Amino acid sequence: MGAIFRREMGAFFSSAIAYIFLGVLFEIAGFFFINGTLSYGTADLSGTFGSVFLFLIFLIPLMTMKLFSEEKRQKTEQGLLTAPISITEMVLGKYFAALALYTIGISIFLLFALIIEFFGGVVWATVLSNFVALFFLGAAFIAVSLFVSTLTENQIISAILGFLALLVLYLIDSIANAVNVEFISKILKTLSFYARYNEFVTGLFNLSSVLFFVSVAVVFNFLSVRVFEKRRWS
Amino acid sequence: MIEVKNLCKHYGDKKAVNNISFEVKDGEILGFLGPNGAGKSTTMNMITGYISSTSGEAIINGVDIMENPKKAKSFIGYLPEIPPIYVDMTVKGYLNFVYDLKKCKLPRSKHIKDVCDLVKITDVEDRIIKHLSKGYRQRVGLAQALIGNPPVLILDEPTVGLDPKQIIEIRSLIKRLGKNHTVILSSHILSEIQAVCDRIVIINKGTLVADGTADELANNMSGDHKMIAQIEGPRKDVYKAVRNLPDVVSVVADMERGENVFDYEIETKPGTDVRKALNKLIRERGWDLLMLQPNILTLEDVFLKIITGEHEMKQALSEEQKKNIATAVDIHDKVDAAAGDLREVLEGIEAKKKAEAAAAEEENASEEETAEADEVSETEETSEAETDAEENKGDEE
Repeated sequence: MGAIFRREMGAFFSSAIAYIFLGVLFEIAGFFFINGTLSYGTADLSGTFGSVFLFLIFLIPLMTMKLFSEEKRQKTEQGLLTAPISITEMVLGKYFAALALYTIGISIFLLFALIIEFFGGVVWATVLSNFVALFFLGAAFIAVSLFVSTLTENQIISAILGFLALLVLYLIDSIANAVNVEFISKILKTLSFYARYNEFVTGLFNLSSVLFFVSVAVVFNFLSVRVFEKRRWS
Repeated sequence: MIEVKNLCKHYGDKKAVNNISFEVKDGEILGFLGPNGAGKSTTMNMITGYISSTSGEAIINGVDIMENPKKAKSFIGYLPEIPPIYVDMTVKGYLNFVYDLKKCKLPRSKHIKDVCDLVKITDVEDRIIKHLSKGYRQRVGLAQALIGNPPVLILDEPTVGLDPKQIIEIRSLIKRLGKNHTVILSSHILSEIQAVCDRIVIINKGTLVADGTADELANNMSGDHKMIAQIEGPRKDVYKAVRNLPDVVSVVADMERGENVFDYEIETKPGTDVRKALNKLIRERGWDLLMLQPNILTLEDVFLKIITGEHEMKQALSEEQKKNIATAVDIHDKVDAAAGDLREVLEGIEAKKKAEAAAAEEENASEEETAEADEVSETEETSEAETDAEENKGDEE
């Protein structure tokens, strides 16, 4: 797992992906930080945290799009699958590499908090709880789009499908509201990523939501493993 | 030690690999032969645990690849058909990655350096693989398989894309590795298999059709008795005379080596020797024998025979199949004979045409001279007609 993690981190930074991902994320976060926090003269970072959700939907698939699809296209996965490691180790190595890059990206929010701290008045508990929520939200999103990447050998298709999958998760609230059958609507609402994330933004630390995000990550990583197992057996 | 027992891989109804069993002993190099799509790579992929088998088992050093894949895989160094190299890494970076991936215990920098020296990629170790030529990439792929010094090496066409010098180097490397490794090697280049491998397994359409050393296979297959004689002399005459020798079954003359020099492939009845008779004939006619070579069955011949199904090895053919093959061979022989006859006839016609053309030319020339000497032309024409008739006679023979 360590070998794959290190290789993927190296590949992120030796290609343009890490720089594009980090650059765009910093730009968007910076924009909302200046526009939503600094220009209002407030120490509240919630708006900045809240705004970034939508942009993760296309940034995360960009980051994960090639992780498996490219292996498949270049036939390098054969090297991984015949190495003395389990498929789970392989999937998790890639997953944690993506998660590490993502964590580097969202660390900018801690920097923002430090900047505000300069002027005094940061409520660290809120900032940290927001940060934790953003981290686990990303953890779930990465697992979903990584799973999508196992399904195709084309990076572009992988990115677009990943984007669509995350978009559906984002729009689940609207879908829930549109559904007339009450229990379906209720189920969909409990699956809402946005509502759960928004709770944190408004200052409520909900452990069940953290567990929800972690469960999603576990389920989709498990599905990725199954994709490889299934292909081996077909 | 590799044991493959009744290995099968079915894709739906298609049997990609059907009931293959063989064994490779420690320190043995096994050549894996078969035409494209025979199931070579599929078999190798099953042995290395890349894909699962439908049934049967592959046991590496006593460990079943399906039951304990992690341990079994740790014994194997695998070079797939397309080397699994990450083109965006440097050679050294990539080999370090493989070292980590295989959880290698050997001293890192020394081991990687040794492997680089072995496949001769030390001079490119800091270059990005993307910028390397095919030959170098192939060698990086081989290096990758050698990392960790695994006791079993499975190499799928390891010399593809190498230049002749590198091929020889890699072959001798594989031979050296074979002394303390168990090696399975697949290749399309039969001479390579013959040069490197102790034993050969041939598969066709997913089934194992032959298993043995190169000599064993050649002996088993030697159903025919052929030799090649290079004779200088008029082709038609030589062909006919040789064909009429006792015990000669067929003669094929299709390789022109020089003016009036041809290679004749002479097939004789089993257990007979026509060399003396042939020699005598050539001396009597005043021709020259330039070369006489028994046509030893090469691995190519064995391979082609097995693949085209002319010869049954382990597979028992049904009576009907045998009859069909016999008919096919019969028809083939007849067509061959007919083609020979036809060639003779065509040559005759051509010679005739040439003679006619020459005659017509001379006729034209003589017509111009008619005014001057009528009598002379008359005698000339008669003599021309005579030569024509003679030539036609010769052609018919």
